[in-house]
Amino acid sequence: MTVLGRFPALAGIDLEVAAGEIVLLRGPNGAGKTTLLRLCAGLLPITRGEATVLGHDLTDRRQWRALRRRVGLLGHATGLYDELTVADNVRFWGQAAGAPEADIDAALVACGLHERLAGLLVARLSAGQRRRTSLACLLSRRPELWLLDEPHAGLDQDGRDVLDDLVRRAVASGATVLLSSHELERAEALADRVVTIVAGTTDPAVSVVPAPAEEPLLVP
Amino acid sequence: MFRDAVLMAGKDLRIEWRSRVTTQQIAPFALLVILLFGMALDPDRGILARASSGLFWVAVLFCSLLAIQRAFTIEAADGGRDALRLSGLDPAGVFLGKAAAIAVQLVALEVVLAIGVVIIYGAEVTGFPLLIATCLAATAGLAASGTLYGVLAAGLRVRETLLPILLLPVLAPVLISATRVFGDAFDRVDVDGWAWLAMLTAFAAIQTAFGLIAYGVLMEES
Repeated sequence: MTVLGRFPALAGIDLEVAAGEIVLLRGPNGAGKTTLLRLCAGLLPITRGEATVLGHDLTDRRQWRALRRRVGLLGHATGLYDELTVADNVRFWGQAAGAPEADIDAALVACGLHERLAGLLVARLSAGQRRRTSLACLLSRRPELWLLDEPHAGLDQDGRDVLDDLVRRAVASGATVLLSSHELERAEALADRVVTIVAGTTDPAVSVVPAPAEEPLLVP
Repeated sequence: MFRDAVLMAGKDLRIEWRSRVTTQQIAPFALLVILLFGMALDPDRGILARASSGLFWVAVLFCSLLAIQRAFTIEAADGGRDALRLSGLDPAGVFLGKAAAIAVQLVALEVVLAIGVVIIYGAEVTGFPLLIATCLAATAGLAASGTLYGVLAAGLRVRETLLPILLLPVLAPVLISATRVFGDAFDRVDVDGWAWLAMLTAFAAIQTAFGLIAYGVLMEES
């Protein structure tokens, strides 16, 4: 269980995700999808229960830092600096994670940010371009677990196609993806499995298509 | 840790270079403070010259508050704090980098203020080795404690008003010591400037050591 303020944000989450799987979290606003993704990133504490992500016990705060190096979170906030250019932002967050220059350049190219856009200040970008820049920051880190919170929001058709393609390529190279989305048609086409969360609880009646769990990643 | 500190300081200074807040807002503010003190005490220029050390460091203190606020405002926008936590950067490196970037800006401001004090107050500058050592030690102390208290207040909605209340009492030893050393360097007060400088250096060392240890916890809780 995770408590935010005075109210339990998550209670009764029972979820196991296998390596290389793409799991879609769906549910109404305020159901706890974002909280679950932030919890998996090691950004929120668990007040009761158990959770293991990539072998790191989330109840042990000392393990958070090691976990955070292995996950990438694309959330509602982009974490970008308005006064820096697109390339500067991607370079900073990539270098912070120890990414080589080649990976950083490749991330810019993969997200369509390598030409004119690379030199633009982030403050001048549209919401969709900011999203792409944020995605490039995540990509440059090459995370083992992608946590995507409403990743399609703000992106145009081309951006959404790029995102879906990157997710599939990441999974093909061994990454695991947990995403939440209200764009169900597109997200369901991407996902191997759909899990519904209602009022902070996984709903077994509507959670579908269990995948073979060779290496459990998340065992709350 | 040092790699992360260099990365962080480089990023903060690049942001400052692009936004020019220090050069276009804080430096003019610093000169205005000096000018206003000068106007208030103008009838007796002797008082101005005698008080120039203290007025200089009060102005530096005000400027450091602005520089520290600014350093943490850029992290507060658009989920920057979460991104930093997830970045994999060593918190001690983040502390050192942010403090170094603030220190660089403060040194530049101190140069501007010193020129202002000489021109407006007619202060005669002597004892350069002691003055330079004092500026470096005081700047290190201001930057280290500012970074420490800056992250403490960073997550609060009232951070703009809370930070000065938290920080100014902590910085009182810097103001007192640096003013005494400057007084000694200008031959205006009969004190052992080097002893006060040692106190400034100890303050900076303690704040830096505490920052290196505690910054990670404070970053998590902010």
